[in-house]
Amino acid sequence: MIRTPLRPLARILSARASGENPDTIERANLRDRHEAMRDKARARAEGRLLLLGAAFFAAFAVVGMRMGVLATTEPEEPQAVASGASILAQRADIVDRRGRVLATNLVTHALYAQPQLMVDPARAAKGLAIVFPDLDEKQLLKDFTGARKFLWIKKKISPEQMQLVHEIGDPGLLFGPREMRLYPNGALAAHILGGASFGREGVASAEVIGTAGVERTFDAWLRDPANNGAPLQLSLDLTVQSTVEEVLDGGMKLMNAKGAAAVLMKVDSGEIVSMVSLPDFDPNDRPAPLTKGDAGDSPLFNRAVQGVYELGSTFKIFAVGQALDLGLVGPETMIDTKGPMVWGKFKIRDFHNYGPALSVRDVIIKSSNIGTAHIAQTIGAERQQTFLKSLGFFEPTAVELAEAASARPIVPRKWPEITTMTVSYGHGLSASPLHLAAAYASMVNGGTRVTPTLLRAKSQMTGARIVSEDTSARVRTMLRDVVRKGTATFAEVPGYEVGGKTGTADKPMPKGGYYKDKVIATFASVFPAHDPQYVLVVSLDEPVETSGSEPRRTAGWTAVPVAAEIIRRVAPLMGLRPEVEPSTEGGVTLVSN
Amino acid sequence: MRSLLYVLTAFAVMGLAFWAYRENYHTQAEVAEARRLQAEIADLRERLGVLKAEWAYLNRPDRLRALAEINFGRLGLLPMEPRQFGDVREVPYPGLSLLPVSDAVDAIAIEGANQ
Repeated sequence: MIRTPLRPLARILSARASGENPDTIERANLRDRHEAMRDKARARAEGRLLLLGAAFFAAFAVVGMRMGVLATTEPEEPQAVASGASILAQRADIVDRRGRVLATNLVTHALYAQPQLMVDPARAAKGLAIVFPDLDEKQLLKDFTGARKFLWIKKKISPEQMQLVHEIGDPGLLFGPREMRLYPNGALAAHILGGASFGREGVASAEVIGTAGVERTFDAWLRDPANNGAPLQLSLDLTVQSTVEEVLDGGMKLMNAKGAAAVLMKVDSGEIVSMVSLPDFDPNDRPAPLTKGDAGDSPLFNRAVQGVYELGSTFKIFAVGQALDLGLVGPETMIDTKGPMVWGKFKIRDFHNYGPALSVRDVIIKSSNIGTAHIAQTIGAERQQTFLKSLGFFEPTAVELAEAASARPIVPRKWPEITTMTVSYGHGLSASPLHLAAAYASMVNGGTRVTPTLLRAKSQMTGARIVSEDTSARVRTMLRDVVRKGTATFAEVPGYEVGGKTGTADKPMPKGGYYKDKVIATFASVFPAHDPQYVLVVSLDEPVETSGSEPRRTAGWTAVPVAAEIIRRVAPLMGLRPEVEPSTEGGVTLVSN
Repeated sequence: MRSLLYVLTAFAVMGLAFWAYRENYHTQAEVAEARRLQAEIADLRERLGVLKAEWAYLNRPDRLRALAEINFGRLGLLPMEPRQFGDVREVPYPGLSLLPVSDAVDAIAIEGANQ
């Protein structure tokens, strides 16, 4: 390239000769040179931008075309990929805390018909009516000869039935593979598992969706392929659950109750080891909900979670515990129990007359309504409400069941002093047995809030403090005294140091007022009392014990013996060692030097 | 020289083509094999699932309880009770070991010899 000199001599000389400033020539030349350089740089930059633009366009065009191809082609499984724990079942299993199966899947077939492919509709209809006695031959024939091109005949059939249908041999009868939810343990833990049914159905497959219980709560999780088939582990123990169901069922029949519920919970983590509601049902064949009458009478109704009842004297421990925690009373403070206690137009009575005064300890042991009402008066409405709220009695439990959120406790709207008094002994506030179990666990475990859960707890979490450890220990001693010499002496199980509180509440009539001869008997217990591990709440609906000369309905005669038998059977299963001298049967001899 | 190069190149192309042909069929065979294996795995998994379900069904507590009751005469199984817990302290110490008895015969023989 020929570089133009900035100061061409010829022009400089001529400029000097004419008396002009030669520097202007230099500046003009310099400017020309800079302009040329700038033009060149711009042209290069534009070229690069164009190239970059083309590259981007090409890249996006490739991405777009690939997306178009992917969107329009049929989905296809990768062929050359090694399968991991393959996603064969579309729904994960549910297992108990030791990994035993509670719910799993089974491949079966659905039967459908395409009448236009049929050779002999009359024969097919006849054959089907023989294989499936619940089908109507005439109706089938009408369907097969009508205008319909497709109809489902059976959603689930067994291999034997499938073979029989094969033997009919009509090409218009076809099978579609189905995954069926199976609960191998039958009615065991039915209310917790809930049930499953088919969602959208196609010929090749059908969606299995949870309809209730944990199946519904964890529906999305169970169907999530990202879990790679990992089962859902519950906190339940299959053996314990089965034992509780057996004992509770026997107890319910023995006590002529129409329903029963039990909750067994770990006091530290809130894990529910067993939760039973009777009568129950088989989740493999979930009955239809009642269309008329009280929903609470349906076997589908989970009394332990959905049933909100006035739980009676079991609440007394909350008033006394709070009073102890606030330092208002000590265990030996004397409380006025002169009865009946008149408050406005209300009269509060005790089951028996306990004389003019009882110590706080004896108020609990003998379960005095009047004494508790006096204690609640010293606490006051506001503090009582705050305390019950902190125990979770004002909102539904957080347990992972689809039904739990709708089971809201019934709390009085206004809270005058009479409400303070009645709530202190468990009338006027309705809560579920699960609420009660969680609140008892919170009271006795050292005083920290327990949230009930159905999932196996991976880590220990300490909740908010509710009462001091000291109060918690005193409450445990009082509960133990109730069993040793109070209203729950039948709950004594040698070696397990059971502590608890009974509660017998009259059932409210639907139109207001209370039944005279219908009660809810509840026993809330903790064992072992000095080192609490488990809380057990047993609740019987309309029990009556008829071995005596007159029918007895109090919890001490009905719920307590049932709870004691449950503890006796279940505690060894959970590996809880009794603290007694074990018997020396079976060739074992004590040796001492 | 140049013609040799052409011939060699042609042979190389033919060789590569043959290799690619073989690889292609080989791959297809492997894919088919993998598919077959996966189908087999799926089938076995399904059977495993059925067996697991059957195991759970046969081990359901209701059935085991009924079986324990039916076979009570032979097995004598009862629900677990608190008194069944033992303690290490209850296990007896082993008794003092006796002198070895293997020499007894010899001893008699020796006695006989002495008489």
